[in-house]
Amino acid sequence: MAEFRMPSLGADMEAGTLVEWLVKPGDLVKRGDIVAVVETQKGAIEIETFQAGRVEKILVALNTEVPVGTPLAEIRGDGEPAVVVPPAAPVPLAAPPLPPQAPSAPIRVPASGARILASPAARRLSEQSSIDLSTVKGSGPAGAIIYADVAQAGAAAPPAEKRKAQWLDLGAMRTAIAAAMTRSKREIPHYYLQDQVDVTGCEQWLTEKNAALAPDSRLLMGALAIKAVALAARRFPLFNGFYLDNRFSPSQAIHVGVAIAIRGGGLAAPALHDTDRCSLDDLMSHMRDLVQRTRAGRIRGSEISDPTITVSSLGERGVEALFGIIYPPQVAIVGIGKVVTRPWVIDGAIGPRSVVTITLSADHRVSDGHAGALFLAEIGKLLQEPDKL
Amino acid sequence: MSTSSDKPHLTRDHLMDLLRHMIRIRRFEDKCAELYQQEKIRGFLHLYDGEEAIAAGVIPVLEKRDRIVATYREHGHALVRGVPMTTLMAEMYGKQEGCSRGRGGSMHLFDRATNFHGGNAIVGGGLPLAVGLALADHMQGNELVVACFFGEGAVAEGEFHESLNLAALWGLPVLFVCENNLYAMGTALAISESETDISRKAASYKITSESVDGMDVVAVEAAARRAVHAVRETHKPYFLECRTYRLRAHSMFDPQLYRDKTEVESRRKSEPIARLRQWLETNHMVHPEEVARIEAQIDAEIAEAVAFAEAGTWEPVEQLTRFTYADAVAPAANR
Amino acid sequence: MQAAATRSIATEMTYREAVREALRDALRRDKRVFLMGEDVGRYGGCYAVSHGLLAEFGPERIRDTPLSESGFTGAGIGAAMAGMRPIVELMTVNFSLLALDQILNTAASVRHMSGNQFGVPLVIRMATGAGRQLAAQHSHSLEGWYAHIPGIKVLAPATLEDARGMLWTALQEPDPVLIFENVMLYNMTGPITADAGAVDIGKAAVRRAGKDVSLITYGGSLWKTLEAATALASEGIEAEVIDLRSLRPLDDATIMQSIAKTRRAVVVDEGWRSGSLSAEVGMRIVEQAFWELDAPIGRVCSEEVPIPYPRHLENAAIPQAPKIIAAAKAVLARR
Repeated sequence: MAEFRMPSLGADMEAGTLVEWLVKPGDLVKRGDIVAVVETQKGAIEIETFQAGRVEKILVALNTEVPVGTPLAEIRGDGEPAVVVPPAAPVPLAAPPLPPQAPSAPIRVPASGARILASPAARRLSEQSSIDLSTVKGSGPAGAIIYADVAQAGAAAPPAEKRKAQWLDLGAMRTAIAAAMTRSKREIPHYYLQDQVDVTGCEQWLTEKNAALAPDSRLLMGALAIKAVALAARRFPLFNGFYLDNRFSPSQAIHVGVAIAIRGGGLAAPALHDTDRCSLDDLMSHMRDLVQRTRAGRIRGSEISDPTITVSSLGERGVEALFGIIYPPQVAIVGIGKVVTRPWVIDGAIGPRSVVTITLSADHRVSDGHAGALFLAEIGKLLQEPDKL
Repeated sequence: MSTSSDKPHLTRDHLMDLLRHMIRIRRFEDKCAELYQQEKIRGFLHLYDGEEAIAAGVIPVLEKRDRIVATYREHGHALVRGVPMTTLMAEMYGKQEGCSRGRGGSMHLFDRATNFHGGNAIVGGGLPLAVGLALADHMQGNELVVACFFGEGAVAEGEFHESLNLAALWGLPVLFVCENNLYAMGTALAISESETDISRKAASYKITSESVDGMDVVAVEAAARRAVHAVRETHKPYFLECRTYRLRAHSMFDPQLYRDKTEVESRRKSEPIARLRQWLETNHMVHPEEVARIEAQIDAEIAEAVAFAEAGTWEPVEQLTRFTYADAVAPAANR
Repeated sequence: MQAAATRSIATEMTYREAVREALRDALRRDKRVFLMGEDVGRYGGCYAVSHGLLAEFGPERIRDTPLSESGFTGAGIGAAMAGMRPIVELMTVNFSLLALDQILNTAASVRHMSGNQFGVPLVIRMATGAGRQLAAQHSHSLEGWYAHIPGIKVLAPATLEDARGMLWTALQEPDPVLIFENVMLYNMTGPITADAGAVDIGKAAVRRAGKDVSLITYGGSLWKTLEAATALASEGIEAEVIDLRSLRPLDDATIMQSIAKTRRAVVVDEGWRSGSLSAEVGMRIVEQAFWELDAPIGRVCSEEVPIPYPRHLENAAIPQAPKIIAAAKAVLARR
């Protein structure tokens, strides 16, 4: 039994409507006989059978639209061998041709409020050299940052400039701080030590030194403390480095991170590079610059990631002692309290002295109290000779 | 079987050859119609029913080294020329075993081995090509004939006039064969040409022109022999108008709203195969059993061709751009 | 002057003469080469390019044709297919539109469509461009359109060396090659070495090295671009000028190498802006050198108007040095 199907009559024919049968069941047909009329979008077309035999059964009612290939009638073959033609093998779908150049992954733009116009070349360079685009001034079309601008910014520190735009997304910063501090407390077994240091000598030395300096180049106590910490860290490497992959890697270089409060509730602790090798004057000016830039939201990426130990001070408005939480992957943080006048015993007599409480929070996986005490003591000792800092 | 004679040799064997050629075309076309309706053959399909006498009458007169340019209704021409039916059917299917690697389909059958310079889907597009082939042969002293087949619809195209003019002007050995089936797709000749006597148009270019009954294969052959002989002798073009009729629609998807069914049926009475067969039977030159045997042989050949096509393979998609340009000696990027 | 030692001595020649020398050289070296087109023979060529060739090579090889662009271009295709090496001269790109069907549907398609059985080693030369106040129908620059077609190659010789040397290389190609000669270049005079010969046809050339911006151009616009580059240099801007030479295929490597150096590009293209070749070049730069860029890509094209007759309007309609200078400065954010 062979099926007479709705034929495809054209490249764009998908269906047809049978409008007339020219044969009925029982009729004998031969190859080439017209057996029905189909209505198509072009008009009525007569369709022929390629099967010879007797019409057995009509399968489709008139005036129904059916898709090409639908069986319309059954024709019983008359001894003529039916040419069995297997159904059309599916034509392989063309694979979409590969683009000649796969575009590289888009450069990740730092979260910011305003959009930064920077050329693709500039963006790539800034990512490669960890330069924050928001700190770079653009000289290209429409003020866009171009490659040369970024290259230049990498070579020298950009001039300090007030930016009106609010870079600081304090919400994001708080979240980051929360994550870091939580991790620190969770992973790092802290131990805490404190020591009181007589800094009267420092104060006197500073007064003398600063008398000859302009206000904006005067040294502050904080600089002395930071330098002392850096020099002490040279002698006690267990407090200067990173704890990563279950291992402590002491750092050759000493970059003291300086905790800086940001108006609005933010906090950052960027590095003063090679603190131990800076002169006090340089240290002071770097600190000033760092504070200014940090508060304006223009620190470089390397400054954020490079500190090998952190010093935190709340200054004059602070408390007597502050115990910091270590910034991972660092292994120590030194806290400097405010300078207070205390009764002190010198050479057997009681007299007023300027005293500051210095604390150490340290990673017990790396060091223990004994080492910590020596480290703290060293800091105190160094502060007795400010002219040697 | 071609001879250099300018008159047909009407032996029984020769007449049976002509009949066989025509039946072979008819049944091949019939099978194509069936396969098309089953969606094995796709795109456009233009069938030659009723016009077989032209291909069968003209092409065997040509020599192997002569050239043929044809149209999109060229299956019959390819068959008579000797392009293997297997590769033709595979080409219909789009398989890479086809004569054009499957890339051309029904309208673009090419075969270098038999100097078959292609079907062409642009009406009139083959005429300048034929002129160029003949120009090259002329300049290279090749002594060849280029047979260019086209429908009467091409006569309206500028290229028809440009080509005839060039061929006559430069004395090129082109045999222009106009297959006048009275309808250019759905437009009758009478409503598209101010001058419907086509051989007269050709004559206006100072080309020797002849008109012949295209439904009479013997007449066609006789005319073809005269024409080819003249082209070879004079190195000048010749125009042969063959008046014929297309029994099927222009293509598969054509409800033939432009002509009357009665007209088609009355033309069917004088179609070339029936006509030759009748003459042979009347003159006791053939027995119906013989014809049945021929038909069976042809059907077997067709079945084999279909099987060949079915078993054929699809050209890998990775090869898509290959032969946009010739393969370089060193592989070059395809642009 | 010792004849033996003059090999590298420069001689003064016009672009027209360079093309003529190329033709003469090809006609002498290869018997299969012949020139065919309107008024190439007795008239000596519309632009006097083929002046004197008829007398030297005779009417078989320098063929005047009737005004039948489609006819004789198709004939060129056929002749190439059958073993000759024709050079078809279409008087201008404006008239080539009448032959577009033959160029696209036959010449460009046959190899792929026939499954690599037939190729068309044809060279077509056309004059192109505006600047002679010939008005809308005689001033097109359609090289970009032709460069869109797969299966052919498209060349734009802008220098004497290229006018002299591209033709022979093009004649060796197994596929069709279109050579566009800008009308404003024919009178251009310059030095060329006496033994100047065939040049490559696939690579762009850096005509002027620079580091600040890449000016990418072809054909008649090359000289305006070089003029602009000189002016830019006096303002401290060092422009690199790239002569594309081949419009299909485009030499991506040379372009991107330049962009990597300068980070800025301006494309100068005498075609109408929208959908022009400059769009293709610009897109390729975006695809392949996006991260090298310091500025959006600029372009200087013809205004989207039919080219008008009066000098001042025609000048305003097509690329000029001042516009190129302005465009270069714009991508440098300078005024």
